[in-house]
Amino acid sequence: MKKKLRIGCGAGFSGDRLEPALILTQHGNLDYLVLECLAERTIALAQKRKQQDPNAGYDILLERRIEGLLPLLIQHGTRLITNMGAANPISGAKKILEIAQGLRLKIKVAVVLGDDVFHHIQGTELSLEGNRALTSYGKLISANAYLGVDTIIPALKTDADIILTGRVADPSLFLAPMVYEFGWDPENADLMGKGTVIGHLMECAGQITGGYFADPVTKPVPNMDILGHPIVEVSQDGLGLISKVEGTGGLINSQTAKEQLLYEVLDPEKYYTPDVIADFRSVRFEEVTTNQIKVSGGSGKSKPETLKVSVGYEAGWIGEGEISYAGANAVERAKLAGEIIKKRIGHHFEEFRIDYIGQSSLHGESLSYGSSPYEIRLRIAGKSNEKSMAQLVGEEVEALYTNGPAGGGGARKYLHEVIGVVSILLNRNQIQPSIQVFES
Amino acid sequence: MSQKLADIAHSRAGDKGNTLVLSLFPLDDKDYELLVEKVTAEKVKHHLAHQLKGPITRHEIPELQALLFTCENALASGVTTSLAMDAHGKSLSYALLEMAI
Repeated sequence: MKKKLRIGCGAGFSGDRLEPALILTQHGNLDYLVLECLAERTIALAQKRKQQDPNAGYDILLERRIEGLLPLLIQHGTRLITNMGAANPISGAKKILEIAQGLRLKIKVAVVLGDDVFHHIQGTELSLEGNRALTSYGKLISANAYLGVDTIIPALKTDADIILTGRVADPSLFLAPMVYEFGWDPENADLMGKGTVIGHLMECAGQITGGYFADPVTKPVPNMDILGHPIVEVSQDGLGLISKVEGTGGLINSQTAKEQLLYEVLDPEKYYTPDVIADFRSVRFEEVTTNQIKVSGGSGKSKPETLKVSVGYEAGWIGEGEISYAGANAVERAKLAGEIIKKRIGHHFEEFRIDYIGQSSLHGESLSYGSSPYEIRLRIAGKSNEKSMAQLVGEEVEALYTNGPAGGGGARKYLHEVIGVVSILLNRNQIQPSIQVFES
Repeated sequence: MSQKLADIAHSRAGDKGNTLVLSLFPLDDKDYELLVEKVTAEKVKHHLAHQLKGPITRHEIPELQALLFTCENALASGVTTSLAMDAHGKSLSYALLEMAI
């Protein structure tokens, strides 16, 4: 049994940079590398891709990430745990084997299944967000339950080089190797709470090393162009030491750690995961040396009886159009342009929005102090169940070139399909997790 | 001289569906009590009234010298379906830091 465990986080979202994972594997002396690539909406979009092509639906960057990583993982004996399986972990595993064969590498991939609970959903379940029946939102396209460490540990026991999952709770990706390697009792809520704290600090990768943190005036972060991702060294008693590879950019200190600890946390006393209800209030940070921080404290209460399920539905289309005005009376001309479009098509949309970029597009009029910039960009957005109606937004804005105020330039139009996401709770005994092993 | 929160505090925004989470920390630990006193849930609600359409809960976490505001119905229906430019509300930490204290 290991006394210490080194886990790196090489990606904190699907579109994250590729190279930090390579650097971590090569220089991090890792036991495990985690790639967290699945947001709430990412899996619904992946389900949509799978509907169109039964072999698709795993992470879009899976091939590029694995091609670069595989030789390094084998060379350094580092196991990979990742939710890049998204909506189709089996096809993802087959793709990984194909890449391994191309590189003449022998590997074993264990796939965690059971998060897809679409066939369990009746449509009459009430959403947590609006207390409305699911079917009232629109055509349902996916339902994925957040699985916990109990579903990942059987995969770790197969000695697979890569553990590929669909929807699991993000901190569980880190907690699972701790429970497995240290022989923790999953009913020990205190240890599960401590491990969850560490997992939560790590899951967003660069967000604890200075990303989404830096402010050059109050919170300067060095060398962000080569921002490194975090490594945690966990000991058997649930203490963590967070650092990064020497020579990479970024910053780890109490400030970055505190911001990340509370990130997306609704209640610091009750952080729900499938493994535990963690309590973050007693977490302590101690700066050991430059870019190295000790995490202690944190606790938890028993695991919840229900699992959260993200349900995806078709929510129509969003159309957008943008155009810029500059110089004398730029704001007044942009506002005239906005009024023209509102009069022409605004009444066709349930939701319609006019933004003046550079003036009031982010925080409304109240915080924008009526500033008068040299240039201003008008942005109009409308949502509709009709694709053609959403498309009209951009077309109407483009027509401002010749039908609107003087001097409009740089019109752009966008159209995209909207996948909505709401949540329900499902009793955990309704979920049948399983694993499947593939070898090259 | 009037001061802004940005002069003495830092903040991070997070989102869960249509709920916005704003954490707030003093840049210097000695200012934590000042934040507790000045930055009430009511003041945050008033300051960001254009954006925060639901109830706000403030959590005090003295061990971390931190405040956490959980703001319901604050993200124009949430990331995937919102028409807002900043659908995640990621820029709202800096809207909070504009508050005068």
